[in-house]
Amino acid sequence: MSPQTALQGKPASAVVEGLRSFFVRFGLGACLIGLWQYLAMRAGSIFFPPPSEIVTRAVELWLSGPPSRLFLGDGVFQDIIPSLGRLLAGWSLAVIVGIALGTVIGRSRRLSELLDPSLQFLRAIPGPALVPVFILLLGTESAMRIVLIAFGSVWPVLLNTIEGTRTVDPLQLDTASAFKLPGRARLWHIILPAAMPKIFAGIRVSLALAVILMVVSELVASTNGIGYRIQNAQIMFLLTDMWCGIVLLAVIGYSLNALFLKVENRVLTWHRGARGRTMT
Amino acid sequence: MRIVLGIAAFFLILEFITSLGLVPAIYLPRASTIVQRMVELLGDVKFLKHVLATLGAWAVGLTLATLISVPVGILIGTSELTYRMTSPVVEFMRPIPSAALIPLAILLWGQGFPMKVILVAYAATWPILFNTVYGVHDVDPIAVQTARCFGLKQRAIHWRISLPSAAPLIFTGIRISASIGLIVVIAAELLASADSGIGSYILFVSSHGGHMDSVLAGAAVAGILGVLINSAFGVIDRNAFGWRYLGGAAQ
Repeated sequence: MSPQTALQGKPASAVVEGLRSFFVRFGLGACLIGLWQYLAMRAGSIFFPPPSEIVTRAVELWLSGPPSRLFLGDGVFQDIIPSLGRLLAGWSLAVIVGIALGTVIGRSRRLSELLDPSLQFLRAIPGPALVPVFILLLGTESAMRIVLIAFGSVWPVLLNTIEGTRTVDPLQLDTASAFKLPGRARLWHIILPAAMPKIFAGIRVSLALAVILMVVSELVASTNGIGYRIQNAQIMFLLTDMWCGIVLLAVIGYSLNALFLKVENRVLTWHRGARGRTMT
Repeated sequence: MRIVLGIAAFFLILEFITSLGLVPAIYLPRASTIVQRMVELLGDVKFLKHVLATLGAWAVGLTLATLISVPVGILIGTSELTYRMTSPVVEFMRPIPSAALIPLAILLWGQGFPMKVILVAYAATWPILFNTVYGVHDVDPIAVQTARCFGLKQRAIHWRISLPSAAPLIFTGIRISASIGLIVVIAAELLASADSGIGSYILFVSSHGGHMDSVLAGAAVAGILGVLINSAFGVIDRNAFGWRYLGGAAQ
């Protein structure tokens, strides 16, 4: 086959291939949404509004603002931004505390063995069960919600950091001490990079937990936020509004996870590369 | 021995911090008070009924999730096409926080047992489904080809190669879901003010007089239950799938 014909043949098959993979990727989702639309319109149940109604209402709620605000509606500023702000604040707190404490604990064999049962216990306490305590101690403002998010989502980061920093390749550490690398350089250039894949796995789990706790924190004694909006809609029996909130949370969870995967891929490229080289 | 020492040290540190009086004792009682209250609660039939209600909803929800997710996961994981078709849908539904469904679940199923079971089943479905799909999808191709060379039929390959090799991962999924499920039941009981369960007990004592010692004792019982459940699953894991660790050590 001459290069010419190969080139000519390529675009057409690429289009077909692209279409095919597009259908494979989104076909089922589209079918399910279509089925939901059909069933919902036929049944007319107020509990399950059709997707078209949910989307229309979502646009009304969040995308009908003036052009000067990029068409973002009031709901975005009243609920979504405060929610995301608290989410990020609580999650960052969890990540920072988790990595810092985890490194300290993980570097000491005795300390990590001593603390393990207590940490397992603390991790198993359901965050929502502590809401009454947090409210009493911190009030009902944002601080309480941020602390709740941080408390609930710190454990995967903490435990994975302990695990990661504890299981650094001894050869690397021996090499470092042979070269008389000072402790600080050892931490930054050997221990933390070696623990990075585990730490990142923990951070990703904690992100999912943080979203759940963000909602939980807004279901009690709150005045704004996506969770508050959902609960309020339930009390007022505005079922379409409630569904909008649920779908919005799915979109937020999905996007945050996708974004995080991008960051993780970039940060850990060196690790995958190094692994690939030594493995093959 | 280390475990006992660690727990004792943890308790003493908590006791020391809480006895400093940084916050009034009615807000944050001493650790010893909480433990005392917990012992009282564990002898209280009414509280034990709450514990049973929580565990009942948890067990039913987890079983339901397992019965749904394992077959569906096998179906999805076996074929490349279904795997690629379903992953966007699963990826989109999974991040919906179970807490966000509490208001909807209350409207649809009330504040009792069914609502809790469905929320637990929803939350517990994803880890099991993921691990099943992943386990079935990533079966060692050499093992499958070898079986084919020996003339095994697709069905036999399924039962004798794919499932056994995926089983440990599936079990890990169930173990993760067990921990998540317990947290979800208690959260649902608390946030939906359910009629019974540890969560509704915590809600009751906090809203009737703000007995923080009871709140924290209830939370501690939940934490201990979580640890016990996780260790029980760990023991089963080691006994049933011990060969997996042997294989790992041999490599």
